[in-house]
Amino acid sequence: MAKKPVTFMLNGSERAAFAEEGLNLLEFLRRAVGDLSPKYGCGQGTCGACTVIIDGETHLSCLTMAEAVQGRKVETASGLANGKVHPLQEAFMEHFAAQCGYCTPGMLMSAKVLLDHNPSPSRAEVIEAISGNLCRCTGYEPIIDAILATANTRRLA
Amino acid sequence: MAMHRGRGFASINYPIGMNLGGDPSQALVHSNPDGKFTVALSSIDLGQGMKSVTRQIAAETLGIPVADVYVDTADSDTGPHCMGSFASRGTHRVGNAVIQAAQEARAVMLEAAAEELEVDASDLVTDGRGNIHVKGAPSRSITTMAACQAAQFKQGRTVSGRGIFLIPLSEVDPETGEMTPVSCFAHAAMLVEVEVDDETGEVSVLDMQSAYELGRALNPKLVEQQLIGGAWMGMSHVLWETTEPYYPDRSHGPVDFNHYLMPGPGDLAPHHISVLERPAPDGPFGGKGPGEMCANPVLPAVANAVYDAVGVRIDELPITPEKVLRGIRANGGARPKMRLARAR
Repeated sequence: MAKKPVTFMLNGSERAAFAEEGLNLLEFLRRAVGDLSPKYGCGQGTCGACTVIIDGETHLSCLTMAEAVQGRKVETASGLANGKVHPLQEAFMEHFAAQCGYCTPGMLMSAKVLLDHNPSPSRAEVIEAISGNLCRCTGYEPIIDAILATANTRRLA
Repeated sequence: MAMHRGRGFASINYPIGMNLGGDPSQALVHSNPDGKFTVALSSIDLGQGMKSVTRQIAAETLGIPVADVYVDTADSDTGPHCMGSFASRGTHRVGNAVIQAAQEARAVMLEAAAEELEVDASDLVTDGRGNIHVKGAPSRSITTMAACQAAQFKQGRTVSGRGIFLIPLSEVDPETGEMTPVSCFAHAAMLVEVEVDDETGEVSVLDMQSAYELGRALNPKLVEQQLIGGAWMGMSHVLWETTEPYYPDRSHGPVDFNHYLMPGPGDLAPHHISVLERPAPDGPFGGKGPGEMCANPVLPAVANAVYDAVGVRIDELPITPEKVLRGIRANGGARPKMRLARAR
């Protein structure tokens, strides 16, 4: 099968790798690029575990073609910590917002885009923002609390 | 066509672990060259906090800081045997095994310290901050690290301990059929309020009030998180999850995860939880374990609430809109129980 080179920015660094025709971004990131933080949950856009950020907006990487990120900026959970853990990651730890942890990278991506666009979200807005991300363990409450706490801390800072 | 409110209650006695005699778990504890301790287990942490709680139990028993304990659950082929992380048995069974192993290791650590300090081991105490000293004479002291290193590099002994939890099988009395299959029960009660739409058959949970008695909460934050998450699983089980959502015929059934329903963050009901701590006599530091019990009371409580709201008794899970509507039709309409009770 024909392979195409894809050049893009991943978490602030330029990356290039070959993508087979029709390869989705999730498999591309995990296999060709080696970033394992986006998770394969359902592979059909139902669970949100594969959520990544492309040019500042959330996308389901399992439903995105690898070629589509040519020349664009992609962010994943593995790029959140920059020297020290990101405030969202700290809040997730503080609020016990991860149990098995499989949904966590996707949750963090959805939460980051929410707070980038809306620094003071209401509880309902947080629920709306993570409504595409399923979690089997936590009952969502600790995750919602962690996101709201991050927004609060930022406001006070 | 109307919305009907209903309340349902459920309470449970929840046995911790499987039948006695068939439910052992083992733990091995040893000190490393840096004077810190490793707890080897085959008891898997799937996010419920197995590693955290056994770490606390080991540190408390050894008399050392939590930071000095590492719990290794890496490989059930090579680790000490464990029946597994299920039946809400982890804290109780594995915790007891860890205490036994840590007690043995602590005794060797104190003997090693005694030899270094030239005192009797029975006169030594730990301060929980990494020091061992003579009772009443804190200046006669040695760090746990120095004691463990002396044992390994000077005295030639391993600071280690073995632990197992196993209570002999309780035989069935041939005359009465009586037996004691379980040594430890946890308890829970839950009250839920639901709203049932008699036009669509949809059930919404509006509010959950619960109380859990689970021995001592060894890690209150982990307990709280298990209770919140477990109630979600119960809700998911009672109202959503099934591989056969619509029709008895498999050919109409779901083919992928899009048809496998579960509640999202928008489907939450406020949940007010009370934790009652009644330390269990045979539990590690009184702990029992929330485990599966977190999810259990939700199911009967919601079923009872639906009956209260529209008079339909559903005894097959999940309680789908289709089942509710069929029940309402069979009864010739919704028959709210609360309203009947008030009218009487």
